[in-house]
Amino acid sequence: MAETMRRNFDVLVVGAGPAGLAAATSAARVGAKVGVVDDNPAVGGQIWRGEVSKATSDASNWAAKLHSLGVEVICGAQIVHHDIASRVLFAETRFALLEIRFSKLILATGARERLLPFPGWTLPNVMAAGGLQAMVKSGLPISGKRVVVAGSGPLLLAVAAYLRAHGAKVLAICEQASWNSLASFASGLLSHPGKLRQALILQRQLLGIPFWTNSWPVRALGREALERIIISRNGTQREISCDYLACGFHLVPNVELASLLGCALEGGCVRVDDAQQTSVAGVFCAGEPTGIGGLELALIEGQIAGIAAAGKSERLRELRGRRRKAQQFARRLEKAFKLRPELKTLPDSGTIVCRCEDVTHARLARHSSWRDAKNQTRCGMGPCQGRICGPATQFLFDWDPGSVRPPLFPTRVESLASVSYIAPAEHSQLTGERQ
Amino acid sequence: MPDQVQLRVDGKAVTVPAGATVAVAVALAAGFCRRSITGEPRGPVCGMGICFECRVMINGEPHCRSCQILAEANMDVRTNG
Repeated sequence: MAETMRRNFDVLVVGAGPAGLAAATSAARVGAKVGVVDDNPAVGGQIWRGEVSKATSDASNWAAKLHSLGVEVICGAQIVHHDIASRVLFAETRFALLEIRFSKLILATGARERLLPFPGWTLPNVMAAGGLQAMVKSGLPISGKRVVVAGSGPLLLAVAAYLRAHGAKVLAICEQASWNSLASFASGLLSHPGKLRQALILQRQLLGIPFWTNSWPVRALGREALERIIISRNGTQREISCDYLACGFHLVPNVELASLLGCALEGGCVRVDDAQQTSVAGVFCAGEPTGIGGLELALIEGQIAGIAAAGKSERLRELRGRRRKAQQFARRLEKAFKLRPELKTLPDSGTIVCRCEDVTHARLARHSSWRDAKNQTRCGMGPCQGRICGPATQFLFDWDPGSVRPPLFPTRVESLASVSYIAPAEHSQLTGERQ
Repeated sequence: MPDQVQLRVDGKAVTVPAGATVAVAVALAAGFCRRSITGEPRGPVCGMGICFECRVMINGEPHCRSCQILAEANMDVRTNG
């Protein structure tokens, strides 16, 4: 039987990416006892994965502040359940169950890539764009490997630059958006000097790599792993041999925990007030879950949430001004990388859409809603619990995501048995779905 | 701390840099992590613990997300676990 560890904080932060680090640091600086819990092996989130250990990076600066302020960091733990009325979250590590009590909670759960199905997308070495980058940051040798980066959004450029810097042969970057929408996005960068500077640095790093707009993968081919892909570019198809396809269609916010806690959503994002507080009193949210806005906005929102959760108000006025500016950039981002409807036609009838349960497009197309599809096909009911196929079916079929139920992630039975706070009504939900 | 870690994937010895995840060791040794319920080979996709495609068995413990767990010396990793 795994042990149960107990913790108690004034402010608990879920997620140790930029928003979470900023929130935890800001709350601790004004005197709160702060804890941070994160699913990953180290702090930094996705954008700063592997950078915390570098001597002079923004990531290491934030992490150093965190440690000097005595914030307790719990990595490798995922939140699986809650009793929000009693201000408790339950987290599971590989070896233990954690019962974490708090006065105020800050959700900084980040975002994931939107993955869209096309024939062959389930082959090994077809990965999310940031997914391949994360693997390389985690030690995967990429030198000399041929990589095509595809999908949509500014992440593609950052990934291509990173892979090239680590020796990959980046054969092309395929962006589904049109040249026109990118050109108007680029001209908008003039009012964001920091972003413009980043863009110019990226442009230099990417010199010589073909950047194709109006382009997307239509098929991945290979036997036991990826061997080549077919790209549609301006309506013409071409085949490219490659070792990896790094493919993601911009980002979707991780709102599952917020949703489970009863926080109101708006347009798929967590609704927050001027102090980053959600519709649930004492629960704050910062960074990508409130709307995809990138690193700068995440840091600002995190600071606001941290200060507000600690019950202080200093610096809030200045931070709110910066937040407004950064939010303008977020709106431009959304407009520029809007997905084109042609992408809905990529899967053929046999293309698997739900990777956990191997549910094909043809089987899903017969259903009228996400709930109906789940009931009839088990789509979205495997280990990822619809985190991958949910956003995909939302795009493909306009299905609304359903309600989120505990446990939030597949959980050991012994952990569930140890969770003594679950009201009897919720026990039936726990046992109602196969894990 | 040593620079390299040696572990076994499906009984085969594989060496990875210290700090590498189990997913990296599996990619080098086996090329895929698991078979899907219809038998397709699958490897890591999201790289951040969300998609569960990189599940393997580690030291007898099934359904471990190999992208979120650091490789340790003498770990016994099984694909399709």
